[in-house]
Amino acid sequence: MANNIKAQTNSEASPIISLKGVSKWYDDFQALKNIDLEVKLKEKIVICGPSGSGKSTLIRCLNRLEAHQEGEIHITGIELHERMKDIDTVRQDIGMVFQSFNLFPHLTVLENCMAGPNWVRGIDEKEAKERAMALLKQVKIPEQADKYPEQLSGGQQQRVAIARSLCMQPKVMLFDEPTSALDPEMVSEVLDTMVELAKSGMTMICVTHEMGFAKQVADRIIFMDEGEIVEQNSPEEFFNNPQNDRTKAFLDQVLT
Amino acid sequence: MFVDTVVEDKALHKPAFLIGLSVTVLAIFFALNLTNTIFGEFLSPVIGNPEESGFFGRLAVSFVLTILFVGNLLLISFARLKIQILIVWIELFFLFLAFAYSFDLEIAYIFQNDFICSTESARAKLCTPSKIGLMISKGLFTTIYISAVSIAIATVIAIVGAVAKLSNNGFAYAISSFYTSLFRGLPLLLQIYLIYMGLPQLGFMIDAIPSGIAALSLCYGAYMTEIFRAGIQSIPKGQWEASRALGFKFGLILRKIILPQSIPIIVPPTGNQFIAMLKDSSLVSVLGIWELMFLAKKLGAKDFNHLEMLLTAAMIYWLLTIILEMIQARIESKYKQKT
Ligand SMILES: Nc1ncnc2c1ncn2[C@@H]1O[C@H](COP(=O)(O)OP(=O)(O)OP(=O)(O)O)[C@@H](O)[C@H]1O
Ligand SMILES: [Mg+2]
Repeated sequence: MANNIKAQTNSEASPIISLKGVSKWYDDFQALKNIDLEVKLKEKIVICGPSGSGKSTLIRCLNRLEAHQEGEIHITGIELHERMKDIDTVRQDIGMVFQSFNLFPHLTVLENCMAGPNWVRGIDEKEAKERAMALLKQVKIPEQADKYPEQLSGGQQQRVAIARSLCMQPKVMLFDEPTSALDPEMVSEVLDTMVELAKSGMTMICVTHEMGFAKQVADRIIFMDEGEIVEQNSPEEFFNNPQNDRTKAFLDQVLT
Repeated sequence: MFVDTVVEDKALHKPAFLIGLSVTVLAIFFALNLTNTIFGEFLSPVIGNPEESGFFGRLAVSFVLTILFVGNLLLISFARLKIQILIVWIELFFLFLAFAYSFDLEIAYIFQNDFICSTESARAKLCTPSKIGLMISKGLFTTIYISAVSIAIATVIAIVGAVAKLSNNGFAYAISSFYTSLFRGLPLLLQIYLIYMGLPQLGFMIDAIPSGIAALSLCYGAYMTEIFRAGIQSIPKGQWEASRALGFKFGLILRKIILPQSIPIIVPPTGNQFIAMLKDSSLVSVLGIWELMFLAKKLGAKDFNHLEMLLTAAMIYWLLTIILEMIQARIESKYKQKT
């Protein structure tokens, strides 16, 4: 059953995301080294690796919250670069979920979800509200719609954050360690939501150390260390037959 | 602030403190020697002629006053907090009135017909039956008008200035930091003169009221720029990132996400600025604008009843400030609930 979540990748032709030789520096420090990556429509990618290996940096380059200095990044056919005019339109199609939720504390849960469609996509209030309620149902917290974020538990807040992104009807969803700020008992409710989303056919790139989730959902697991992609493989190969020594060391740590 | 849940005995209810306080107060009253004042007269049935009562009279007066003072404190200490605050306010206010009363003022003067009014019948429209009437209809109105317009303009300047200071556009940063440096660096009075007398040199004729408003808004805009900048900077970076990730543009983020969240941080110091500006608007009286301060000086000067009119102005300023403080408290409590 786990298998039918995963994309039939070979049937889709052109990649929705492609990176060629991407490098990034913070001053003198090179955080990304010559990254090549292609993600096809409906593909689910899990990125893992030790702290400081550049996972967040990589995923934040994909919606240009960070700028890369070398190489090319194409999202849905549009190249991301310094002088681009339509970054906001590209970002509307890329949902992002943060480790620290980043909900808007002065808006209710419902308003958080309506903000994007209403203010940016120009959808009228009534329709935005219907869409928001539908997605709050999907993440199983419609009854919290009129509360403020701080009145919710961490797991609930993160599910609101997911709903807020989905309200924009994005083509790709990016997750940067969505469960690592949560208490253990709340991790599964967020992961369940993400599995549901995967089943619906969303293209997803998730930075996470939840290896159970990776096994169940990922088409490909990417292992990063020191700004490089060290190894990428299907979950079966990745867990049962890791090639690189650094991958083995990392897996030893996470799986025990 | 966190008020601890463990309550100590009130200092006033400890005998040692009470005795110490009473002795100190007695000593102070004794040193002040109030025998020849109204208090001595009150006690004349006991001490006889105050002038001749000597040491005994002085001690008796001090003693009675001490009993009144400490007894009053003790009584208040048993009241509920809100009542306590109210009583102390009222008592302090009456002390202030007594202080003013001791100037031996001619209160009726305030309500007398005004000379300016009766002679300059051409100004019939301004003409009100009394000095206090003129202070309110003309002076108060002008003061509120100048302050309100300046506050509105200063707020706009502050938002623009704060954004410019936070931008990485060299021109914007340079202009706004030069502006805040200059206008925070010169005395307001000097700015008023410079604008009123400087601009005509450049060929811009400018009236007194617009110059006053310009000086006040530019000066307070500079202070408020810093307040707004700090308010904007206090919002976590994650709020910007989440908005950006949703495809929000800069103006939208500022308007809908950042500024609403910085309001609770911006309001208290901004309220301070509004209050300060209200009173600093009195400085534009040097341009001959008929605002409160100007009228107070003008109306009092003719008959050398300066203090009457100045005190009237003082009370009006104070009242306005109290209203502003109340508005500020309202806004603060409204925004406290959410964050
Ligand atoms: N704004 C920044 N300025 C300078 N260096 C940075 C900045 N952000 C990240 N780095 C550095 O870049 C490297 C990669 O950081 P990144 O946050 O991408 O790691 P990560 O793999 O997400 O780690 P973690 O698992 O701890 O989140 C780290 O060494 C970090 O110190
Ligand atoms: Mg990270």
